[in-house]
Amino acid sequence: MKHIQADVVIVGAGGAGLRASIAIAEANPDLEVALISKVYPMRSHTCAAEGGAAGVKRSDDSLEMHFNDTVSGGDWLCDQDVVEYFVEQAPRELVQLEHWGCPWSRDEDGSVAVRPFGGMKKERTWYAADKSGFHILHTLFQTSLQHPSIKRYDEFFALDLIQEDGKCRGVVALEMRSGRYFHFSGKAVILATGGAGKIFPFTTNGAIKTGDGMAMAYRAGVPLKDMEFVQYHPTGLPGTGILLTEGCRGEGGVLVNKDGYRFLQDYDMGPETPLGKPVFKSMELGPRDRLSQAFWHEQKKGNTVETAWGDCVLLDMRHLGAQRILERLPLVHELAKSYVGVDMITDPVPVRPVVHYMMGGIDTNINGETPMPGLFAIGETACGSLNGANRLGSNSLTELLVFGKRAAATAAQYAADTDGPANQADLDEQAEAIVSRIRELLQCNGDETISGIRREMMNSLEEGAGIYRDEEGTEAACKKIAELQVRSASIEVNDKSNVFNTDLQGLLELQNMLDVAECVAEASNARKESRGAHQRMDYVERDDENYLKHSQSFRQPGERPRIGWLDVTITRSQPGVRDYSGGKK
Amino acid sequence: MEIRQIELEVMRYDPEKDKQPWFQQYTVPCQEDWAILDALNYVKDNLDTTLAYRWSCHMMVCGSCGMMVNGEPSLTCKTFVRDLPGKVRVEPLENFPIERDLVVVLDDVMQKLHKVQPYIIRKDDPPPEGVEYTQSRGALAKFKQLTMCINCMCCYSACPQYGLDNNFIGPAALALAHRYNLDSRDQGKSQRLDILADHDGVWDCSFVGACSEVCPKHVDPAAAIQQMKIDGALEFWKQKLGFPGGES
Repeated sequence: MKHIQADVVIVGAGGAGLRASIAIAEANPDLEVALISKVYPMRSHTCAAEGGAAGVKRSDDSLEMHFNDTVSGGDWLCDQDVVEYFVEQAPRELVQLEHWGCPWSRDEDGSVAVRPFGGMKKERTWYAADKSGFHILHTLFQTSLQHPSIKRYDEFFALDLIQEDGKCRGVVALEMRSGRYFHFSGKAVILATGGAGKIFPFTTNGAIKTGDGMAMAYRAGVPLKDMEFVQYHPTGLPGTGILLTEGCRGEGGVLVNKDGYRFLQDYDMGPETPLGKPVFKSMELGPRDRLSQAFWHEQKKGNTVETAWGDCVLLDMRHLGAQRILERLPLVHELAKSYVGVDMITDPVPVRPVVHYMMGGIDTNINGETPMPGLFAIGETACGSLNGANRLGSNSLTELLVFGKRAAATAAQYAADTDGPANQADLDEQAEAIVSRIRELLQCNGDETISGIRREMMNSLEEGAGIYRDEEGTEAACKKIAELQVRSASIEVNDKSNVFNTDLQGLLELQNMLDVAECVAEASNARKESRGAHQRMDYVERDDENYLKHSQSFRQPGERPRIGWLDVTITRSQPGVRDYSGGKK
Repeated sequence: MEIRQIELEVMRYDPEKDKQPWFQQYTVPCQEDWAILDALNYVKDNLDTTLAYRWSCHMMVCGSCGMMVNGEPSLTCKTFVRDLPGKVRVEPLENFPIERDLVVVLDDVMQKLHKVQPYIIRKDDPPPEGVEYTQSRGALAKFKQLTMCINCMCCYSACPQYGLDNNFIGPAALALAHRYNLDSRDQGKSQRLDILADHDGVWDCSFVGACSEVCPKHVDPAAAIQQMKIDGALEFWKQKLGFPGGES
């Protein structure tokens, strides 16, 4: 096994991991950063974010308004100290990206332009056409290249964490090209591995989003927080699940059912707004959880459109005109044309809700610290409780910048204040044990398959932990995932090569997804109320008395996870009514 | 949805056991709306778990799934079964060493992206923290198309010059350098000149234009390289004759 020593080890080189790397390199170039990623940085899923990044910009907007939108959007499950820090830092971070060369779209006067987004009271979403995440990722990657203290390990698959006396001390990873194992020792480890949308059958997420960091932390005894909150984005392309950005609606696109009726007005999001003149926080600019839930009801009522890919509603953009669509939404225009054969300039596009984002993740605080000293987490893989029960569109790109930077500062300080390990031999032994576990996987026999177990996992979550849930469904999902955990031991890895073994990688990813899936199912089962993206048909009301709390899923090897509860931090906004009615009431 | 049986001919190579690459045939029942990537995923999930290839986003933006499809460098998520009658042959990107099956070694191009210093270089101080640069829409339009590169490396695979001599910096990296040279916020053009005007830089390009033809994002590296030749020549004479400035 090869041994690599670094001050800070970062796993994941998407937006969050790159932002953290740069922050450490800038603050202290003497600190060595080992940046490990299972893909080249440009492949990270940050690239797929389309709409933009939120930060107060206009003089008629305020930090207070951004705070209130985020907290009510999150159905009061946000930690408000985290939201306060976030809205304050957001504009600074977005300007920092501008200084690094991000090609933000511009206003007539040459200043950065902002667009409206769902659940936001003002235009505050900075965008680069409809490839905002792509440009942010490439800007960060290219900027990172000027820092020699960032040493990259591209296409290294992280396996498990190393710890000593309850402190995180490093990680073991597999070099894909050679099959060699590497022991990365670090005083601090930051997990920035992104979400886990691939646990569901229909998702905007790329193939790589398998919850690897969440699962590693969970296996190391760190709780996953608020895992029941899974965001469905209301406008995915049927078939592939490709995202059509909320920017489509921000620019004025509308949602209609099979009768051409703008159905959102029937779900407390009316009154109907004039075509092409969206009104903040109502109708199509309502939050994602509400819009996806409205689709579910329309489908039950038989108001959806039947397509070759199943039931859909229609996203109508025709009134925007060719010029605006091609200038501001060129990517989604191309995607709709290529994948469902619809030109949105001349025809409405079929869409349906699609799993998009995990509000839950590794339990962290405002500093990105997990309960395990030396272990930090940022971006979608973390749950720092900015997003609560429902994330507002365009808050997540900013989140990875703001907390990528803050966690980096905390981790760098921690590394500087921490001595080396007391017993290196013990750590080496742990690393060997991790490698032995993987080698044993390669020897397994049995007639289960990766794709078979994966399919069953996805379907059980979709059925039991989808847009609407009840006890029977969540309980069935919990049992099913537990069964699949056992059966997954009978998967045979057919590929025995050391070189770029994607069969082995597929099995490791499946194991990670099963760990994440069992938390999603169990936490959905445990939360007996409806809040944000978690809707229970058997507990239809929000229950602040019993459930104004974060859930924590703790691993119990061989058993179903244990659920604990953690208080929500409230500073100035008491739980209230989420109002997206456009003043109708 | 209609299903069409496709004969997929896929190049295989495992350096641990194969002396040379070989082809494996798979019969894949393809839905009419599938991309070639979907057909590969069908093979992986149902026919042969040992097949190695890179992919992630399936929406033309992560750049992972560049391969040769019927001899053309292509993004396989953007290359549709409906456009390919008959047998389909999938091979790793040309002009790169094969790592395993459809996976190629990217070390060389990754170093080249690094080498051209693709980041904002300033001689003057940037605006203070929290204060943005002003950049007109016209100034943005000058380089915007060049920012669209997803590093799929199809252009390197199409480039005859890179195929002959991989010291050539090549299309994507040169286009990236030009992107920063053209950015009104950047002042690093003369610093990059030494690399770009080197014998492995822009002058090696024989202007076949194949890179621009295969680019799935319409970046047009060929045009960028020609502009850089003009810029490079001007810059050379400006410096030679001692004109001040030299930055656009």
